[in-house]
Amino acid sequence: MRAVIDTGDPGLEEWKRLFGQLWRIRAFEGQVQTLAAAGEVPGFAHLSTGQEAVAVGVCAHLGREDALFTSHRGHGHVLAKGSDARAMLAEIIGRSTGLCQGHGGSMHLVDAPNGVLGATGVVGGNLPLAAGAAWAAQARGKAAISVVFFGDGATGAGIFHETVNLSVLWQLPVLFVCENNGYAEFTSREEHSTVGSVRAFADPYGMAAATVDGNDLPAVFEAAREATARVRSGAGPYLLECMTHRMAGHYVGDAQHYRSREELAAVTAKCPIERMKRRLLGLAVAREELDAIGEAAIREMAQAVADARAGAPADPRMALCHVYGAPALQANPGAGE
Amino acid sequence: MSQTYIELLRRALDEELSLDPAVHLLGEDVAAGGAFGVTKGLAQKHGARRVRNTPISEAAIAGLATGAALCGLRPVLEIMFIDFATLALDCLVNQSAKYRYMSGGQLAVPMVVRTQAGAAGGAAAQHSQSLESWFIHVPGLVVVAPSSPVEAYGLLKRSIRLGDPVLFIEHKRLYALREELPANLPLPDIGRARVARAGCDVTVITYSAMVGSALEAADIVAGQGLSAEVIDLRTLTPLDMQTVAASVMKTHRVVIAHEAVRNGGVGAEIAARLAGELFDELDAPITRVGCRFAPIPFAPELERAVLPGTADIVRAVQAACA
Ligand SMILES: Cc1ncc(C[n+]2csc(CCOP(=O)(O)OP(=O)(O)O)c2C)c(N)n1
Ligand SMILES: [Mg+2]
Repeated sequence: MRAVIDTGDPGLEEWKRLFGQLWRIRAFEGQVQTLAAAGEVPGFAHLSTGQEAVAVGVCAHLGREDALFTSHRGHGHVLAKGSDARAMLAEIIGRSTGLCQGHGGSMHLVDAPNGVLGATGVVGGNLPLAAGAAWAAQARGKAAISVVFFGDGATGAGIFHETVNLSVLWQLPVLFVCENNGYAEFTSREEHSTVGSVRAFADPYGMAAATVDGNDLPAVFEAAREATARVRSGAGPYLLECMTHRMAGHYVGDAQHYRSREELAAVTAKCPIERMKRRLLGLAVAREELDAIGEAAIREMAQAVADARAGAPADPRMALCHVYGAPALQANPGAGE
Repeated sequence: MSQTYIELLRRALDEELSLDPAVHLLGEDVAAGGAFGVTKGLAQKHGARRVRNTPISEAAIAGLATGAALCGLRPVLEIMFIDFATLALDCLVNQSAKYRYMSGGQLAVPMVVRTQAGAAGGAAAQHSQSLESWFIHVPGLVVVAPSSPVEAYGLLKRSIRLGDPVLFIEHKRLYALREELPANLPLPDIGRARVARAGCDVTVITYSAMVGSALEAADIVAGQGLSAEVIDLRTLTPLDMQTVAASVMKTHRVVIAHEAVRNGGVGAEIAARLAGELFDELDAPITRVGCRFAPIPFAPELERAVLPGTADIVRAVQAACA
């Protein structure tokens, strides 16, 4: 491990814990896939399978008070930030015990006490929200930073460029983490942009940036350590591009006809969990111990599904709650309907 | 001492900036006073950190304000013309309006988006529109459209303190209007309409600059023996149907007047509700006064040909009472 990381090595026990975090996301998404295939997940389910190292490597450097925003592919980020898997799953299957009482679902997970300020279903829509959270922290003299995960496809949206410009201008404490998985839905990166590297978008705005192998947990961990430290120091925003691969379809049920068998095999060979496992084996961690970590994660998530399923269904009487906050507005029939 | 609509808006902003450190102003040119001078001097008084210029990035600044509102600020964002709110629409509709709901009540967006609408003096098709009905279609947004300087002052203060996202629509034709702010005036409640003039023969339901036209029309028809009650809605979401209904049950005749086109407008919503809820109370068909169905033209002769005004309200009132 020391060969990979010069500074800030968290130590073997922490690497094992982070390895377990990779597994927890993998097992969580496996459960979501099964639930979705069984028709228990209303709407769309976008899995982060294959991209776990980005979530784990970045969130390892975040505290509860730091704001996290994510995209439609956000389960891994929310879990890595420390939110409760049972409440997340309950939300994803639409229970009243879910994080958002069934008002949000997979694409709108919010866990405010844990600093998860929201996933969004509008590609790119989360970017200025994160900048705004960073602005609030700056204005209120708080030490917290704001982190936003988004896909390579989001860089096609004007709002990405508007937000980067504004964040650099105002020197906002925001970390932009692009998970460049080479696809926006069924369209490859080559087909949706002539700019090869997302990192390059930082240059004209003078924003600090780096590209890292997003399937290599220690590499992401180290890059994110540097990036978060820099953002925390008040040096302004940072763009971290993580090159990664979607091991599953765009959503559960996507047959992926647009990807060749060879491509999918190559992606599987780059699995971040297998990679980390090889690293840890190289550091003389016993195979049995690593297998046990994976199995524990699988058991945990199976239990989490059982717990989520046991939650009460969403309550139809709550359908008109939370539209407005001011009591006068809730009571006014002109507002409700 | 009387003050203009602009001066009273500025006074409301100034007072709220002084009262609550969470209040921040942002928008294009706001530190320099804004395109219409509403925020003039506020950056000097409250500091450049609290009254901040932004790039011309309506989408991002709406998102920025929303994200900041989630995290404890009370941003007041200026969108220079409502015509450009189109560029911020994704955020306002998909994020600001829904955040409280999607999060199951965990988060709120206490934000005000100040903008100005309406036609005045040849601003033409892209700087003159009245687009409020787009926003009343979105659950989670509050839409406010003040009709006078004093109303603008009180409603802006209330909007900033509300805790839900507010689209606050000023009218450029009202900006130079003067009024004296009475001492100890209670602030109006968001969601409560106002009877701007009492009457008993017909109810004219209106808001924003058309309140002035309706009051003029009421004066004119009074000379013809007709007593018109004028209701200033103040807020378009929520709609105060109680105040409207109380008036209609008295007059049994309704004219709805707004500067926006009638198609899919606020008037259509009110007419549908009245037809559904007070059908038996109505002694005449509900009539709507609104802009002709065309983009707002440039030449004054053309502009006058499409915009509704006092004469249209007079005719509608006469027809309703015939
Ligand atoms: C504004 C907007 N346009 C289109 C979509 C439909 N859509 C959902 S995900 C997606 C692709 C996003 O690609 P990327 O940002 O690279 O994220 P990834 O799915 O690869 O994680 C699209 C087009 C959307 N949700 N929002
Ligand atoms: Mg992608």
